[in-house]
Amino acid sequence: MAEEKEREEVIVAEYHKKIKDAFEVFDHETNNTVDVREIGTIIRSLGCCPTEGELHDFIAEVEEEEPTGYIRYEKFLPVMTKALLERKYRPIAEDVLLRAFEVLDPAKRGILTKEELVKYMTEEGEPFSQEEMEEMLSAAIDPESNAINYRDYITMMVIDEN
Amino acid sequence: MWEEELWNKTLKAALVIQNWYRRYRARLRARQHYALAIFQSVEYADEQGQMQLSDFFSFMLENYAKTPKEDSALVSRLFENTMRENRDRQEYVGLIDVPDSYDGPRLQFPLTFTDIDLLLHAFKQQQTLHAHYVIEVLFEARKVLKQMPNFTHIKTSPSKEITICGDLHGKLDDLLLIFYKNGLPSENNPYVFNGDFVDRGNNSMEILMILLVSFLVYPTDLHLNRGNHEDFMMNLRYGFTKEILHKYKLHGRKILQILEEVYTWLPIGTIIDNEILVIHGGISESTDLNTLHKIQRNKMRSVLMPPMSINREYDVNIKKNKTGSSIATPGKAESDNFPSEQLTKHEWEQIIDLLWSDPRGRKGCYPNTSRGGGCYFGPDVTSKILNKNQLKMLIRSHECKPDGYEICHDGKVITVFSASNYYEEGSNRGAYIRLSYGSTPKFFQYQVTSTSCLSPLHQRVNTMEFNAFRILKERMLSRKTDLTNAFQLRDYSRSGRISLAQWAFSMESILGLNLPWRSLSSHLVNIDHDGNVDYMSSFEDVHIEKPVKEMKSSLIETLYRYRSDLKIIFNVIDTDHSGLISMDEFRTMWKLFNTHYNVHIDDSQIDELASIMDFNKDGSIDFNEFLKAFYVVHKYEKPESRPDQDKQKLPPASLKTADPKLQS
Repeated sequence: MAEEKEREEVIVAEYHKKIKDAFEVFDHETNNTVDVREIGTIIRSLGCCPTEGELHDFIAEVEEEEPTGYIRYEKFLPVMTKALLERKYRPIAEDVLLRAFEVLDPAKRGILTKEELVKYMTEEGEPFSQEEMEEMLSAAIDPESNAINYRDYITMMVIDEN
Repeated sequence: MWEEELWNKTLKAALVIQNWYRRYRARLRARQHYALAIFQSVEYADEQGQMQLSDFFSFMLENYAKTPKEDSALVSRLFENTMRENRDRQEYVGLIDVPDSYDGPRLQFPLTFTDIDLLLHAFKQQQTLHAHYVIEVLFEARKVLKQMPNFTHIKTSPSKEITICGDLHGKLDDLLLIFYKNGLPSENNPYVFNGDFVDRGNNSMEILMILLVSFLVYPTDLHLNRGNHEDFMMNLRYGFTKEILHKYKLHGRKILQILEEVYTWLPIGTIIDNEILVIHGGISESTDLNTLHKIQRNKMRSVLMPPMSINREYDVNIKKNKTGSSIATPGKAESDNFPSEQLTKHEWEQIIDLLWSDPRGRKGCYPNTSRGGGCYFGPDVTSKILNKNQLKMLIRSHECKPDGYEICHDGKVITVFSASNYYEEGSNRGAYIRLSYGSTPKFFQYQVTSTSCLSPLHQRVNTMEFNAFRILKERMLSRKTDLTNAFQLRDYSRSGRISLAQWAFSMESILGLNLPWRSLSSHLVNIDHDGNVDYMSSFEDVHIEKPVKEMKSSLIETLYRYRSDLKIIFNVIDTDHSGLISMDEFRTMWKLFNTHYNVHIDDSQIDELASIMDFNKDGSIDFNEFLKAFYVVHKYEKPESRPDQDKQKLPPASLKTADPKLQS
């Protein structure tokens, strides 16, 4: 029992270190704060996969009473540690992603046209900003066919991750 | 009902894709940030190496009395404040003819705006300005700069805004882009260039020429501030010297000599509308503008040559006290024994602070440990110094910022950096500021893209990451012995594995780089299922090329690690710039280096080294050739894809090419 507790303490300590490392990379002023707009990036770099809605809630939890545009490390650390321990915001499996594309491509062409992709990404779900859309298009669209071969795209993203 | 279900499915599918993409993109951005952090911390650690070198020179001088007579000649030659003999212009310029076959730009003195156009046009076509003109421009510039005060006072008006640019570091494309977007300098379009025009990029000479010529044409409207890289010793390490010697094989050395002096005449800063102070680095708690106005700035030769008193008992350790005011050892008057050709300690440090400091969020003033020079200054220091001098704002450069500029200290400090893609393609934007009295500063950002389309984010991140880790691995390799010892110390069971925490701790303490080691570990080392690190796996695919088979690996590692410092030391010893030093000079220098850097290489190894380096067996050593032979081989990389390292090989005998086992 005591051993288990010790083991957990070690894990928490390691999580703390990991979180601190990730936080510091974005702490440009070295004063233990980061711009609130970077929180999503930090959380995701730690392996979590919150939706925009979940991210919104997370930020609400770590923000100051009167939002300053900055998040302090002291508030971020406990909430983030908890998220890691509880394995919140698990990433989506690759095959789920593939099936999602297939839902949007009922004709089973293996591709989505640029127009279709833009329509879905900017009108449905949690819509992309223009910047996000442009970025995705620059990597995903094959300029010759003006379409995205989603299997290839998924493979590329997965390789990059590893 | 069916339709609703379909809509629901579509919604869910879109959510999945968006969620995945956002995570992917965030991971890319995080990787980009990590790579940038690596580049930056290595860059600053290198700058810190400069300070160690500076200490070494002080140490050499300190031990001047203790070395035998032949050595003292060497040391005094090093430090004699080389005679500003009025280098006769005719002596230099007159001797260099411009052949009829030269089809590059021909400048006409006195210079006019036509010459600026001529240069821009020529440089866009990758032409090189002939040495004759380079030297003429340098002489002319020296003449005019000499007459300028340490701080230029400028007045703006709503109809005459001024543009402020930061570091350019030899990136010609950025300067051309700025001129394209913002117009060429003129009486109605004044500019301030805030230092660091040279080093790192490939066109330092072209930038310097454009700026100096523009200055000569519009001396009251084009303002140049000295940066920490406008320093002949920094140029030795960071590439400008190499660029000059490469582009000007015949006359490069003459150019270097005059350049050294021109740097010292560059003004320290500008003051706009009596409100805004523009300097390259920053300030410190003890910054004293009154002193700075009166200093003879041309006596500041290099950051690596602090003033030394001829009083032997002078305590070198005084210099290490960087917090706040400089304190003299009780009983010793600070400026007592300084020969008149030098600045006082206090004056010298004032300038160093201005050229090297960085603002930080933390209050107070601390030694700048990353760079090894200047300090970190907090918002309270900014307020204090600005108020004391009735100023409202500080504009500085010196640090690369992802967006090209950054505002801190409650809007009182602005950093502007004008070299886009500084570390890598896509690493950062460049920026410039336009301002005039009474209005808020306006920021303009840009990013130079190569002629081929800007590659997608993931490719750019991959490239950046690749290069960052390469550099990091090479650093690890240069400290292999110390790292191995640290790891083994923690490996009680001699299993070859330690925990991730232990590994991270060892890395940080030995390399002295403040990086997120846990997050980076997977790129650097093999980790098993239990989360333990196989610590020697980092070194499996890299090794330092051995110029000579018989050399001991510890010696090789030491030479590799200090090769930048050694290059500078050798170049300084080689006062006639011949590229050769004598065996005696070599031995003396090495002995001192040995002691100061705490390196354990015994006399026999030094002799062995000397004979290896004396290729022609004529008692002289071509050190540049020798140092070029030390480079790292990355096992799984094709030689052509290796970024620009000094990869020239040694003459005859011991030629070794990269490992033939290449992975496709």
